[in-house]
Order: sequence, then structure tokens, then C-alpha cells
Amino acid sequence: MIAASLSLTILGAALGLVLGIAGRFLAVEANARVAELESLLPGTNCGQCGFPGCSGAAAALAEGHAAPTCCPPGGRAVARALAEKLGVSLDLSGVDDEGPKLAVVAEDLCIGCCRCVKSCPTDAILGAPKQIHNVLREACTGCAACVEQCLTEAILIQPVPVSLPHWVMPRPAAA
Amino acid sequence: MGFMEKFFGLSWGIHPEDHKRPAADAAVRVMPTPERLYVSLAQHLGAPALPAVLVGQKVAKGDLLANPRGPVSAAIHAPTSGLVAAIGEIPAPHPSGLPVLAVTLEADGQDAWSEALAACADPFALPPDEISRRVAAAGVVGMGGATFPSALKLASSRKAKVTTLIVNGGECEPYLSCDDRLMRDEAGAIVDGIRLMLHASGAKEAIAGIEDNKPEAIAAMRQAAAVHGEVRVCPIPARYPLGSEKQLILVLTGKEIPAGRLPGDAGVVVHNVGTAKAVHEALRFGRPLVSRLLTVNGGAVRNPGNIVVPVGALVEDVLAFAGGCATEPARLIMGGPMMGLSLPHARVPVVKGASGILALAGAEAADHREEACIRCVSCVRACPMGLLPLEMARHVRGGDLEGAAKLGLRDCIACGCCAYVCPAHIPLVQYFAHAKGALAAEERARARAGAAKKLAQAKSERLAREAREKAELAARRKAEREAARAAEAASSARSAKSAAAAETAAEGTPA
Repeated sequence: MIAASLSLTILGAALGLVLGIAGRFLAVEANARVAELESLLPGTNCGQCGFPGCSGAAAALAEGHAAPTCCPPGGRAVARALAEKLGVSLDLSGVDDEGPKLAVVAEDLCIGCCRCVKSCPTDAILGAPKQIHNVLREACTGCAACVEQCLTEAILIQPVPVSLPHWVMPRPAAA
Repeated sequence: MGFMEKFFGLSWGIHPEDHKRPAADAAVRVMPTPERLYVSLAQHLGAPALPAVLVGQKVAKGDLLANPRGPVSAAIHAPTSGLVAAIGEIPAPHPSGLPVLAVTLEADGQDAWSEALAACADPFALPPDEISRRVAAAGVVGMGGATFPSALKLASSRKAKVTTLIVNGGECEPYLSCDDRLMRDEAGAIVDGIRLMLHASGAKEAIAGIEDNKPEAIAAMRQAAAVHGEVRVCPIPARYPLGSEKQLILVLTGKEIPAGRLPGDAGVVVHNVGTAKAVHEALRFGRPLVSRLLTVNGGAVRNPGNIVVPVGALVEDVLAFAGGCATEPARLIMGGPMMGLSLPHARVPVVKGASGILALAGAEAADHREEACIRCVSCVRACPMGLLPLEMARHVRGGDLEGAAKLGLRDCIACGCCAYVCPAHIPLVQYFAHAKGALAAEERARARAGAAKKLAQAKSERLAREAREKAELAARRKAEREAARAAEAASSARSAKSAAAAETAAEGTPA
């Protein structure tokens, strides 16, 4: 028993040391530009752009494979920031930014399967097996990653309701 | 330009028709408590109050209805005795008409004060902390319209070592005369309140600035303040917006508060005369802020004047008590015509900060078509903050909010002077209100995105940790299993050996 644990421990420590040294010396240098672009993206890795997460999208943007308008949850604000960083002109006509969105669980349809809970990139869904789930409004980014997961189509993406302190006076109609 | 303006060097501001009389000269009327009161829980700057009563509970006048939530918030009390009929959403007195949480009180008609209120014969014997505590307990907020919790202002003045308390009796908004009326009728109470605030804030002297279009108020305040050397009454020229905090400080003390700083940094604090009266009531009689004097005025009002209204009364009830409307009002406003809030309808409640209810007739509320800016810079001359309204509006119209912010949009006090003087009728101040709201929304979105990023990172870290722990557990179990197997093999080998030995021994014995 002692011999077995000892040998495994030594093996683990030795391999860990080798890996640690390798990680330090053989590190792949991340493109600074990609990192900058990634910092502008929402960072929730929702995958709506079709790339593997926000880092994938940032890499594609840096190589010119993706348009600055590729991030649906980011909307116009992110598109504008990306275009500025990339130094390209921007065509916002294709971006349908309807303002911030929020996921809402339809309580009569939810069966409490917990699939959406696991899919949420920001842990904004609260739920236990066979209990109606709920969305924490403050943490939800409206990325819609949970919608696909729901077996009963109980998750709706709705615009964030306007409240009194967050009301913005409409811009006067131009003459 | 008159002598006073020359003397003070006031190049900014405007001088609109004040429409204060005859409402200012009419005696104060007291509105009887209506059957139902709708007490909003968001009557102050900061977080809405937290209800402290249950539906069906009986309350006396002055009982606590809601507790302050967070440091910037205020308590709310029952404006009459009766039954809590509901706690729910009602339309807010706000241009958006969005709902606000409110306590609905069914009045029992007795209007009986709570017996728990503690009167104080000599509040000057109390330590300053205790005064701020009692002012907070009475739910007193700035009565000039900004509704900043007064106790917080008193406490922070003490911290900032304020030396001068400025009492705002300017009331520069046209149509409004409630502060004027209050100073004429209750100068003694106001001066007592001012002295209490001096005691609480640690300031050495108080200057009451009153516009010179209120000679009766100036005389009454001078008489009341004559015996108290620390309170000085100082007439100021009647000019809008002299009742604004920074402008009043500039005219009375010559100190200009820099952008982004507070009056406390210059050793000054400003309180409204109505607030002084509320502080007096709170300390001398222990009475919380449950009613206020407000001006009902405007071309559509049949019988304009100043009325003591319980907080939570509906605007339509107040208008009906004032004699009703002669014509259908073209616009309803809570507050003054320059900075007040346009109301979507009259079924909204009166709040602590409501200094007036204006029902404007058609001609007073005429809408003009916006024309092109001719760059006459009338707005630049009128702006009391020294901004460039025409340039800021140009940026806002083009969607460049950051550009407008760089020109000082955040210093705009939304007084409306620029829009008032604009010959092209450009709604400049509305552009700025929109831009400030949109900038705040952008900031919120940024904060939200940052928080979401942190949450996403926390989740991926958690998943990685869970995977690692799982792998470690599996490795440990495997090691244990293998150790157990090895031990078993060893023991079985040992037993086999001993068995073999026994066998050989057994075999050997007969031989």
C-alpha cells in the first residue's frame, strides 16, 4: 500500500514538474490583438457567432474572417467598438439591436430538467430537479444559450422591462 | 440690465414672467384628507423605501409605513389614520407614466396622530448626531424638489466641516409661491428650523437668500431672525435660476463650486426653507413629514393658491379642492414650469418633493415647431453653468453622446434657460435630458457586461475545478483500489505460502 501511494505521488509530482516547466518554456504566445478584441466581446462564450466561444471569434476577427457585426448579444455597441479597434468601416444596417434582452422561464411549461441551468454561461438560472427554474435578472445577459436546451420551449427571450429609475427620456423628434 | 445684476455681474439666467400673484397673496387653505391616499415608496432620491406594514393593518397618522433601504433613502409615514388597503403598483408622478410601488391607505376620517411621537421641549440640548437621527426618523427630504434625504446632508456637513448654511428661499421658478407663503406665515418656525440645522450641521452662520420679488417674505423673515444673530436674511435679485444650489452659493458667498464637486467642499451647505420647517416640526413636535404646502396654479385653474396637501393625495383631488379647472388643462406639471415633471394624467399622487401642481391653459403650453439653429448664441449667454448648449445639442442630435459629455453635459443642471431663450424653439434641455439618460444607460450596460464577464469566468473556473476534483477523486479511489488489491494479493500469497508450508509439514509428518 505505502509503496503504491508513494510511487504514484512521486510519478504525479515528477510529471507535474515537467508539465509546469514545459508550460513556462513552450508557452504559445497569445496574439495581443486577439486578446484586445476578446476583451471587447461579451465573454459569455454563448456561440451565437458560430465560432468556438469569444476567443475563437476574436481570433477570426483578427484574421479578417469575421465581420465586426458578428456578435448578436453585443449589438451595436460591441460592433462599433470592434470596428473602431479593427479600423474598418461599419455597416450597422444588418444588426438588429432591439436593446437589452432577458431570458424568462414560463412556469407552466417548465418541467425542472436542469438542462438550461447547465448551459447558462453566467450561472443566471436557478433550479433543482423537478422544481420550476427561475432566471436571476441581474446575471442574465440574454445570450439565448438556454433556449436551445429547453425540451418544452419554456424559455422566452424578452426585452428587459423598463423601470422608473432606468427610464430614458426619448430624443425630441428632429424638425 | 438692472443695478443688481450689474452689481453681481450676473450675465446668465433669464427673467421670465413670474405669474406668482394672485396665488401668492391668497391665504393658505388646508385640504381635508381624501378617502384614499396613495403613498409612493419612491419619494426621495436613492433607493425606494421598504414597506414596514401589512395589508389590512390599522395605522395612526405619523406611523411608519416604510423603512429606508440603503444609506441614501428615507422613511415614509402614514399621512392620516386608517387602514392599509393595498401595497402595489400605481402610476408614478413622472412623464413616463411607469408604475411605482405605493401603500394605499383607506382613511378612517379621524386623522388621529399617533401617540408614539415624542415631542422635545429643548432640542438644542440634544447632541448633533441625535438631531440628524430624529430628522432621518421623520423622513425629512429636501423640499425644494431634489428630495435628497436631509439627515444625510446634515451628517455629511458635519464631516465636511461646513461653516455656512445657506437657506434657499429663492423660489425662482415662475408660478410657484409655496416657499413665499411659508416664509410669510411661518417665519418663526423656519428660523427655529434653521437654528436647529445650524446646531446639527456644525455651521457657524446661516444666510437666507430670498429673491427681491417677495418683499413680504423678506420682511417676515427679517423680523423672525432679528433676535438671532447667527441667521442673516439676504435679498437677492429675482432671476431664474437663482434658486439653484450652485447659483445661489455663487451669488451669496462669491464661491463657485467646481464641476463634479459638492458644496460641502467649499464649506457650504444649502437647505430649502420648507426643509427648515419640516426639521422644526420633526424636532419640536416629533411629527414626521406627511403633508406639504404646495402651489396650485396655472391658467386652467379656477381658484389658484397655496394648499396644505397630505402626501399621497391624487393630483385630481387637489385640483378639485382648489376649485376645479375652468378649461381642460393643456398640460399638467408637478413642480415648476421650467424644471417640473410633465404628468401624463391627474391620477398620480402628490409626493414630498412636489412644490406645485400646474394646470396650464392652451396659450401657456403652446408647442412651437423646432427650426434650424441660427447660432445666435442666446443659449450660451443664458446658460448659468457657462456651457455651450448649441454645440452640445448638435452632438446629441448626431448621436455623439461622448462628444456632448466632453463639452460638459454632466454639469448641465437642466434649468431650461437655453430652451426658453432659443428663438428657433429648439428643445435644447430635452436633448440634454435624453443624452444624460442615454449615457447613464450606457454606463449601466458597461457595468453589466463587466459583471457578466466575471460571472462567465467564475463559471468556467468552477467547471475546471470540478473536473480536477473529480479526476483527483478518481485517482485516489484507483490508488486505494490498487492498494487494496495488492494487499489482498499479498495476504493471499502469504496464506497460500503458509498453506503450502502447512501442507509440506503435514506431508512431512507421516514420513
